[in-house]
Amino acid sequence: MEEREVVVIGAGPAGLSAALEAARSGAHVLLVDENSKPGGQLFKQIHKFFGSRDHRAGVRGIDIGTQLLEEADALKIEVWLDAEVCGIFNQRDVWIVRNKEKSVNVRAQRIIIATGAVENSVNFPGWSLPGVMGAGAAQTMINLHRVLPGFKVLMVGSGNVGVIVSYQLLQAGADVKAIVEAAPRLGGYGVHTAKVRRAGVPFHTSHTVLEARGTDHVESATIVQIDDKWQPIPGTEKVLDVDTICIAAGLTPLVELAFAAGCEPLYSPLLGGMVPWHDASMRTSIPSIYIAGDISGVEEASTAMEEGRMAGLSAAHSLGYVAEQVYEVGFKAAEQRMLALRSGLFGQKRRDAKAAIMAQTRG
Amino acid sequence: MQRIIEHPVLGPLPDVPMVKIIVDGEPMEAREGEMIAAALIATGKKYFRKTIKTHEPRGIYCGIGRCTDCVMTVNGIPNVRTCITPVEDGMVIETQMGYGVWKQEQ
Amino acid sequence: MEHTTSDDKGLKVSGAPNLAELHASPCYQLPAEDRRALAAVIECIEGIPCNPCETACPQHAIIVGDEITNLPIVDLDKCNGCGICVAACPGLAIYLKKHTFKENLAYIAFPYEYVPLPVEGQTIRMVDRLGQDVCDGTVLRVVKIKKNDRTAVVHATYPNGYYEQVVNMQRLATD
Ligand SMILES: Cc1cc2nc3c(=O)[nH]c(=O)nc-3n(C[C@H](O)[C@H](O)[C@H](O)COP(=O)(O)OP(=O)(O)OC[C@H]3O[C@@H](n4cnc5c(N)ncnc54)[C@H](O)[C@@H]3O)c2cc1C
Ligand code: SF4
Ligand code: SF4
Ligand code: FES
Repeated sequence: MEEREVVVIGAGPAGLSAALEAARSGAHVLLVDENSKPGGQLFKQIHKFFGSRDHRAGVRGIDIGTQLLEEADALKIEVWLDAEVCGIFNQRDVWIVRNKEKSVNVRAQRIIIATGAVENSVNFPGWSLPGVMGAGAAQTMINLHRVLPGFKVLMVGSGNVGVIVSYQLLQAGADVKAIVEAAPRLGGYGVHTAKVRRAGVPFHTSHTVLEARGTDHVESATIVQIDDKWQPIPGTEKVLDVDTICIAAGLTPLVELAFAAGCEPLYSPLLGGMVPWHDASMRTSIPSIYIAGDISGVEEASTAMEEGRMAGLSAAHSLGYVAEQVYEVGFKAAEQRMLALRSGLFGQKRRDAKAAIMAQTRG
Repeated sequence: MQRIIEHPVLGPLPDVPMVKIIVDGEPMEAREGEMIAAALIATGKKYFRKTIKTHEPRGIYCGIGRCTDCVMTVNGIPNVRTCITPVEDGMVIETQMGYGVWKQEQ
Repeated sequence: MEHTTSDDKGLKVSGAPNLAELHASPCYQLPAEDRRALAAVIECIEGIPCNPCETACPQHAIIVGDEITNLPIVDLDKCNGCGICVAACPGLAIYLKKHTFKENLAYIAFPYEYVPLPVEGQTIRMVDRLGQDVCDGTVLRVVKIKKNDRTAVVHATYPNGYYEQVVNMQRLATD
């Protein structure tokens, strides 16, 4: 069996940051990702990020991704791509299938799981028609593969993902016919909604999609107003001429690996559902297993990177790599940066939800 | 439905060599290294498979290899996730009916 | 010239802030009609955790402060209208304005991230915050410098009867 000090699962912003921090501290790191390219969600994000300079704000997601990869290169971090982790046994054996054929077991002293999240779907008549897709799928098509999945789009969901992808669809040359939001108020940052609104995209709050129609592909969508019990109000239906319906109804943490490994679960509706319990150092109830990024509660790339740094530093520290004082300083700094990201009207709820998780003691 | 040739952030579509693929018997061009699903969307293909019982059409849903909505028969092998499988020169791609059939000749 | 529409229900319903919301926010300051220099106008009224506008400004004219969720405030005495913040803001929430560029024409410089870009001298249609067509504008220049990282800044003039109403231009059709 192969052995490594730290195995990081998932090379998105969280996993990359964790690997960098652990390697910088001196630990021997292996970073694995099932994709053929590292970066996770970062390379679809062509917009400039929010935050402060510490969070690389103002820099586009794609460029942050490139910077992280260059740093990983410079530190000579070992990366296995096309490597799917299928299980974690005995709290430290990582079962990896390489290139869909070769099964390898790696014994790790510390494991950092940073598998991200999956998009939620919404059921309505016609939802399985070609042309109905996750907002992230549309974003992957336009920004990574550079094909437009449709010309006339209905976006379902007004959170940041829904409005950012709408904006990017406009940039790619599509027409966004409408954005519907079931809640009475829009979810995303006002600066994002304002950007698509002044480009002529109408918002419909207290509205949902009733059905999609078409023979081989979406040809129209019916939207409807809903009352305060979320029931459709008859007579308010509107038929929209669209060929694509994008669903941006939130994300659910990809937790299967962590739970199968035995990490204790915890329910946090605000952070996307069931998440592994973790402490402030990102350690789970299993002392050798850490988590970071969307798996620990769906937030954003900037928080994912901070959590990754925290997990990487903590894992290296627990292996004896980081002097106590250095660790304390690093930990405090990461905590401060995270607090900044979780402040304000939008961040406060996430900050509370995270605090609620950490307030419980486990492990 | 179409390729994005000019992009305000990503710039012009880079030149890459084209490869030939055969889709339901028709020869077509694809960009070397691109995902099968992207190549097919660029040609305007409306659906990738039909379900077994009700023959409902399906296309991409997640675009990252998780939902298996986009599977097709590729070089005789059914259930290939086209959103994460790159095209290769001479690849034979077929709309899949139901679970598909293995057609690989030995 | 006040302009309202049936869909002007505010930021969290219509997607764009209406004038009542803007006037109530200390962040939004429309430069006085007699001001000679261009000035930055910010429409970022929610207190999101963000401050590149502050770090980008060479004059230190924009202050967010220690709490990263404070509203960004421009000190109009320090702002020289250089436009660096316009492209630095990830929310595309800043533009430059001046009431009287010449005769009855106002001046605006706004961020624009679509293709095709307009060209100097081109007549464009100006839009309000709801994306509604307002009036013709004329492009003075289009700034695309490396520092702006692929966000173009379009400088244009338009009739100053619509001084406050206009915020951007209608997207140009792709051919
Ligand atoms: C449309 C959209 C817009 C967004 N905009 C912003 C924004 O403006 N600002 C911001 O800060 N954030 C934004 N985000 C959020 C941000 O992208 C995510 O929060 C962030 O990517 C999470 O990082 P992560 O590393 O946890 O997960 P991911 O980036 O999803 O990476 C997870 C990685 O794990 C790999 N993986 C999963 N399972 C396995 C396995 N079993 N074996 C091997 N590898 C595996 C995956 O292949 C993937 O590469 C946006 C997200 C979306 C979808
Ligand atoms: S226009 Fe220039 S001087 Fe004025 S606030 Fe913006 S960056 Fe500062
Ligand atoms: S950079 Fe833009 S979005 Fe960020 S705080 Fe400043 S004005 Fe608001
Ligand atoms: S679209 Fe989901 S697996 Fe291909």
